[in-house]
Amino acid sequence: MPLLELRQVTRRFGDFTAVDHVDLAIDAGEFFTLLGPSGCGKTTLLRMIAGFEQPDEGQVLLDGVDLADSPPEARPVRTVFQSYALFPHMSVEGNVAFPLQMAKTPAREIPKRVAEALEDVRLTGFGRRYPHELSGGQRQRVAIARALVTHPTMLLLDEPLAALDAKLREEMQIELINLQKQAGITFVYVTHDQTEALALSHRIAVMNRGNVEQVDEPSKVYRFPKSRFVADFIGQCNLFSGTVAARDGGIVSIAVDALGTVRVATPSTIAPGTRASIALRPEQIRIGASQGDTASDNRFRGTVSDLLYMGDVTVYRVRTDGGAEVEALLANSQTGRAKFFEPGDAVEMDWPAAAGHFIED
Amino acid sequence: MRKRRITLAKVAAAFGYAFLYLPLVIVVVYSFNDSRLNAEWVGFTLNWYRTLFADDDMLVAARNSLVIGLCASAVSTVLGTMAGFAMHRWKTRVLPILVLTPIAIPEILVGVSLLIFFVLLNFTLGLVSVAIAHIAFCIGFVAIVVRARMAGMDESLTEAARDCGATPWQAFRYVTLPLIMPGVIAGALMAFTLSIDDFVITFFTAGAGTVTLPLQIYSMIKIAVTPEVNAVSTLLMLLTLLLIVIASRLSPSLLRSQESTP
Repeated sequence: MPLLELRQVTRRFGDFTAVDHVDLAIDAGEFFTLLGPSGCGKTTLLRMIAGFEQPDEGQVLLDGVDLADSPPEARPVRTVFQSYALFPHMSVEGNVAFPLQMAKTPAREIPKRVAEALEDVRLTGFGRRYPHELSGGQRQRVAIARALVTHPTMLLLDEPLAALDAKLREEMQIELINLQKQAGITFVYVTHDQTEALALSHRIAVMNRGNVEQVDEPSKVYRFPKSRFVADFIGQCNLFSGTVAARDGGIVSIAVDALGTVRVATPSTIAPGTRASIALRPEQIRIGASQGDTASDNRFRGTVSDLLYMGDVTVYRVRTDGGAEVEALLANSQTGRAKFFEPGDAVEMDWPAAAGHFIED
Repeated sequence: MRKRRITLAKVAAAFGYAFLYLPLVIVVVYSFNDSRLNAEWVGFTLNWYRTLFADDDMLVAARNSLVIGLCASAVSTVLGTMAGFAMHRWKTRVLPILVLTPIAIPEILVGVSLLIFFVLLNFTLGLVSVAIAHIAFCIGFVAIVVRARMAGMDESLTEAARDCGATPWQAFRYVTLPLIMPGVIAGALMAFTLSIDDFVITFFTAGAGTVTLPLQIYSMIKIAVTPEVNAVSTLLMLLTLLLIVIASRLSPSLLRSQESTP
């Protein structure tokens, strides 16, 4: 039985449906991420798990028990707020001790528990300080310590790293993974940052307009997106749309506007004439001045129109002879060379049928 | 051109402030004047303050004012805080109108209607009726200050408290209340000053035997503006000023346009 189960959960604000009949099952010990653009309903969903919002329809079950009648304080889940929501009039110790006091923990036990929690987030010695005396990263840790001190069964994190700078965010990501492993607590993590979601999660639920589009492991979400939205939202992606021209032994040929016929390997039994898409990651494309005469499933000629130098890799935007824009990525790892092509260079791209991912529209 | 405008504005401001404060200064100065008449400066004396503290009627009035002021500010602070909290939490349109209208209604109307109300209820006029009347008109002022303070508070703090296992009451008691405390205290001080120098509403609701400081001063100047009146006015002014300064220190947003949160 999953630890947390959402059944047909729906939440409306006036005419706007923020969460639309969502089903989800989250297992104990999982690092589960709700990923989506702002306004997709991920925070509303989290707030319904925490108890700050009530679903208009559907059920939230924790350990098989419906939480409909439990106020936030009665739920064994804790939230780490985006703004941290540290109590400004209490010291770090006061903040961390607060949940223990509310839970009527014996007074003599509290200092020990607080010290342990602060040690877990590497803030030993900061107990007497006040929130306004701490840096953003330290406040973040206090918020996590306060959430973990009562050993909840589940931790809800609402974009907890959004306010930190890039370097600190990376450090905190690693710390979060370690904390989650160490504490063995289920994390439900909300973010709009796909790299963060891919790096942290065991499983990701990609949300769009109140719906869950796909629930999968990070690598599966990335490599086998179920919809155009997921393909587009997670990482860089070329999306080719067209009409299915032929299907032959696991290879489907699609006539793509401005590009031509693109072949993709798929077990789908789609009928010719139907609209479909192919998602192709830029790093799956081989790009070169000339690929020679070796046979290839997909080969297109074009001119480099733009390039984005990112340090480790360069993204080339190639305009094909037919006028389609394709993004191809090349690692800058070859010794002695900074980059390979300049805008205006004629190039050839090719990729095997297995590189693309077939999406039914 | 610009320079001239600034001088003009300064002159206008000087006149404005003079008009506001000169009468007060005169009262203060004459309270130390060694003469029965408010006509010319004779010499410095503290005699009028001595007579003041020997005047039994005055002392009774002062005691009444203090008792009413303390009761009215205590009760209206509790009720006003609740009203301010409610206005912040449930953003209905009706509530602010209900709470804040008494501030805008002319005092004389409030006084008359309260008098009729007490008479209809067959309520004996006296200290209690005055205190109730003061509570009624102070609530709105406290509510405004408390609501302003709450508006500057991070909304997620209350949710965080609930999330940490606090009941709605505990969340209010341990998180919201300490954070809005400066506003609550400022509201209480405001209520006290409003109560202690209120004349109109007190006049209607006090009945025959009950006298407060403003009523006492009024009855004295019906005869003549004695130096004794100047002295008691000076003391009243000092007390009010002190409380206003404390209130504005505690809730800077009251007097300043910029919102500041700790």
